[in-house]
Amino acid sequence: MNRWRHYTLVCAFMVMMVGLIGRVVYLSTSEHKFLQAQGDARSIRNEVIPSYRGVVYDRSGQALAVSTPVIAVWADPKTVTLDTDQTRNLALALGRSVPDVTKSLGQSNRFVYLKRGLTVEEGKRVGDLHLPGIYQQPEYRRYYPASETASHVVGVTSVDDVGLEGIELSFNTVLKGQRGEKVVLRDRLGNTIADLEYKQAPQIGRDLVLSLDLRLQFFAYRELKAAVQGHQAVSGSLVMVDVLTGEILALVNQPSYNPNENVSGGFKGMRNRAVTDTYEPGSTIKPFAVLAALESGKFNAQSTIDTSPGYFRVGNKLIGDPSNLGVVSLTQILQKSSQVGIAKIALELEEKSIYDVLVRAGIGEFIGTGLPGEAMGTLSDNGLRSPIMRATLAYGYGLTASPLHLAQAYLSLATDGVRVPLSILKQKSPPQGERVFDAGLVKEVVHMMESVTQGQGTAVKAQLSGYRIAGKTGTSRIVGTTGYDDQRHVAIFAGIAPASAPRIVMVVVVNEPKGERVGGGTVAAPVFARVAARALRLLGVDQDRDPGAA
Amino acid sequence: MSKDFTRTLDQTGGLRPAARLVQIHLDPLMLLFLVTIIGYGLIVLYSAVNRDETYFTAQLVRMGLALAALIIAAQLNPAIYFRWTPVFYIAGVVLLALVLVMGVQAKGAQRWLELPGLPRFQPSEISKLAVPMMVAWYFHDRRLPPSFKDLAVAMLIILIPAGFIVVQPDLGTAILVAAAGFAVLLLAGLPWRWILYAGLALAAAAPGLWYTLKEYQKQRILTLFDPQSDPLGAGWNTIQATTAIGSGGVYGKGLFEGTQSQLNFLPESHTDFIIAVIGEELGLIGVAAFILLYLMVLGRGLYMASAAHQTYSRLLIGGLTLVFFVYVFVNISMVSGLLPVVGVPLPLVSYGGTSAITLMASFGIVMSLHTHKTW
Repeated sequence: MNRWRHYTLVCAFMVMMVGLIGRVVYLSTSEHKFLQAQGDARSIRNEVIPSYRGVVYDRSGQALAVSTPVIAVWADPKTVTLDTDQTRNLALALGRSVPDVTKSLGQSNRFVYLKRGLTVEEGKRVGDLHLPGIYQQPEYRRYYPASETASHVVGVTSVDDVGLEGIELSFNTVLKGQRGEKVVLRDRLGNTIADLEYKQAPQIGRDLVLSLDLRLQFFAYRELKAAVQGHQAVSGSLVMVDVLTGEILALVNQPSYNPNENVSGGFKGMRNRAVTDTYEPGSTIKPFAVLAALESGKFNAQSTIDTSPGYFRVGNKLIGDPSNLGVVSLTQILQKSSQVGIAKIALELEEKSIYDVLVRAGIGEFIGTGLPGEAMGTLSDNGLRSPIMRATLAYGYGLTASPLHLAQAYLSLATDGVRVPLSILKQKSPPQGERVFDAGLVKEVVHMMESVTQGQGTAVKAQLSGYRIAGKTGTSRIVGTTGYDDQRHVAIFAGIAPASAPRIVMVVVVNEPKGERVGGGTVAAPVFARVAARALRLLGVDQDRDPGAA
Repeated sequence: MSKDFTRTLDQTGGLRPAARLVQIHLDPLMLLFLVTIIGYGLIVLYSAVNRDETYFTAQLVRMGLALAALIIAAQLNPAIYFRWTPVFYIAGVVLLALVLVMGVQAKGAQRWLELPGLPRFQPSEISKLAVPMMVAWYFHDRRLPPSFKDLAVAMLIILIPAGFIVVQPDLGTAILVAAAGFAVLLLAGLPWRWILYAGLALAAAAPGLWYTLKEYQKQRILTLFDPQSDPLGAGWNTIQATTAIGSGGVYGKGLFEGTQSQLNFLPESHTDFIIAVIGEELGLIGVAAFILLYLMVLGRGLYMASAAHQTYSRLLIGGLTLVFFVYVFVNISMVSGLLPVVGVPLPLVSYGGTSAITLMASFGIVMSLHTHKTW
C-alpha cells in the first residue's frame, strides 16, 4: 500500500468524522434551544389542580352541600389506538357500552370526556389498563345531603363545578376558590411521572353558613308537601323568618327537585317560587290598611264602620262581603276580613297613605337576601286618584308581591315597626333595623290580628296550644285569560308567633288548591299552625301565660 | 516495530503488565481503548434501560463473553487463520444459504438459524468476519495493485454472501458485509479511477435502484430529507433522536435525567439509538468523548496495519479496523439524521445482538496478527 493511498484514506476518514462531529455540534449548540423546547414540549405539561369548593352549612353546622373528589376520564382520539380487547376492557371499567365508547373515540377533536364523576377506585381500574391516549383528571363532585328539602335555597352546580342555581349560583365566586396550576413531567403514554413546579397553589373556596335551620326546613318541607298534595294544589311556598335577626330559618317550595341527580336538562321543580313568583296578596294586606288608618288619626281601636248592607258601590264596581256584618270595629274588619269595611276606611284616608305604609313595609322593592331571581313585585301610585284603585289596594289587589315580600312586610309588624333586612346567611349579630312605623300603633294592629285566629276569626286553624298567634288570611283570585278566574285561587296565611313577644314570622302560600274550601284559613293556616308549633318548641320560646286572651 | 514498542514500555518501569499482555498476544493500547468504550457504554446503557438490572446484567455477561472471544481469538496462530480462511468463508456461505431454506422468521425477516446443539444465531455475523478474511487471503500472493481479473473474483467473493443477506432481507447487514470486503479491496490498491467509475455507475443506476427498494426503505430515505413529512411514522425515530441530541446541549441534562430517553419518547433508546441517550444526558462532550475513543481505535488499527509484515495481515487488520469505523459512522449518521435509518448498532455500546462478540473476536484476530512477528 503506497504512502499516498494511506494518507488519502486517513484524510477521508477525518473528513467523515469532522462531518459527524459537525452535525452533533450543530444539533447541540445552534439548534439546542429549539430542540430543547421541542423536547420539553413532548414531556412537560401544565396541569390544572382543581380547587376545593367551599362547604355550605345550615346555621347549626349541618352540611347542605359538600364536594367529594372524583375522577374524569378523557381521551385524545387522535392518539388512541385500541384493539378490540382493550376497548372492551375500557368500556367495562367506565361502565359504558362498547359501541358507545367506540363512537366517543371516533370523534375528530382532540379532547373527549369518556366519563366523569368516577370514584377514585373506579378511576384506578381505568388507570390500571395503561392505555395510551386515555387520561385522567381529578375533579370534585357536589353532594347535597339535604336533597330536595333545601335544594331551592342551596341550589346546584354544573358538572364543571359552576353554580347554576340558588346559593351555589349567587355565591359562586366565594365558594369556588381559585384553581391552581402545576407543571408536570409526562411520559409518552401520558402518565404523570413527576411534579416539577407549582405555579399557583389552589385556593380552597370559602365555606358558607346559611341562616336555615335544617330541622325546621325538613319539617316545613314535609308539612307543605302534605298540604299541596292534600289539596291537589299546583304549587306552594313557605317562608319562616327569625324576628330577632331577620334570618330566614326555613324556605321551602313545592314542587321541588333532587339536586343529586343529573340536572343538566333542568327540572320544572327548580323554580324557587317563594322568591321568584309574585301573587296579588289579597286580604293579607289589610293589616297595613288598618295601620294607615291608625296613622291618619281619623281612626282608633274603638272606631266603628257600618258595613251594611254587606256590599258597597265604588264607581261602577260592587264590593261585597260574603254576609252582612253590620256595624263592626277595626278588629272585626280584620277578624272577618271585611272587604266593605276596609274599602270604606280606605276612601276616608289620604290618597297615598296605604301606599306609603306598603312602601315602608318593603312591598315592591328589591329585598336583597342574596338568593338569585328575587322578584320585585309591583306596587305603583299611578291611578290612586281613582277611588276604586284606593279601595282595591286596601284589600290587596292591584299590587303583586312574592311570599318573601310578605314575610318582609310582616316582619316589620312583628318588630313593632322596625324594618329589618332579610338574610339567607347566618348573622353574627342582629342587623341594624330602620324604624318605619310607630311602635304603639303597630302593637295595636298586631293585637287586632290575634282575633283572626280566635273565636269567629277566618283562621282559627292557625291556633296552637300555649301560644297566641297574630295573623291574616288571604284568598285571592288568580288572573286568567279573561280577567279574574273564579275557580283559581291563591290561599295565603301570614302570621306572627307568639303574638305577645314575636319570635317568628311565617308566610304560607298554596297556589290553586282544588276542592270545596280553598281559603287561606282552611288551606294555609293549618300548615302554619303545625310548623309554628314545632319551630317555637325547637327555638325554646316560652309559652304565653294567658293563651286565651283576645 | 512491536518489539520497539514493548521496550519503550519496559523502560518506563511502571507499565510492566503491558509487556506481559503483549506476551499473551494482546495489544495493550487497543485493549485499553476497547475496554474503556465498553465500560463507558455500560454506564450509558444502564441509564438507557431505565436502570433495569436484568438488561444491564445481560449486557455485562455479553461483554464478558466478547472479551473472552477477543482473548481466545488472539491466542490462535495467524497461520491457522490463514489456512482455514477459505473453509471458514465457504462454511459461512453455506450457512447463509441454509437460512434461506430453513431459517427462523422474526419480525418479517428470515435471519436466524437454529441448528441442533447450537444456540440460535445469525450466520450473517460469520460473514462479517469471513468476507474480509477471504478477500485478504485471495490477494495475499497476488500482484498489487490487482488486475481486473483479480478484482472481478474479489467482487464475487464479496457479493455472493452479501446477496444472500439482502434477500433475507437485511439490507443493513448486507451493506456492512460488503463494506468489510470493499475496505480490504480498497487497501489492496483499488485504482482511484475505478472507484470513480464505480461511483458514477452507482449514481447513474440510482434511479433504477430506487424501484428495487421496498416501500419502507424508500420511506426511510425520503424521511431523511424531510422527517416532518411523517412525524408519527417513519420520521418519528429521527425526530425524537435529533431532539434528544439537541436538547442535551453541550453539557447534557445529566445521567438518568434525559426526558426523551427516560420517558419513552426515544424509540430503540438502548439499542440502535443509544448515542441519542448519550447526547441528551451527557451532551456534546459525552458524544465527542465516544467519537474520540472510536478514532483512537481507528488510529491504532491503521498503525497496526502499516506495521504488518505480510499482505494478508496488512489487508485484514486494515479491513477489520475500517469496518469497525464504518459501523460507528453509519450508526451516528443515522441517529443524527444524516443517513437513512438502517439497523446498525453502535459498536460495543448498543444493547444485545451477537455483533459485540463478532467485533471483539475480529479485534482478537487483529491482535494475533500484530503480535506474531513474522506476520
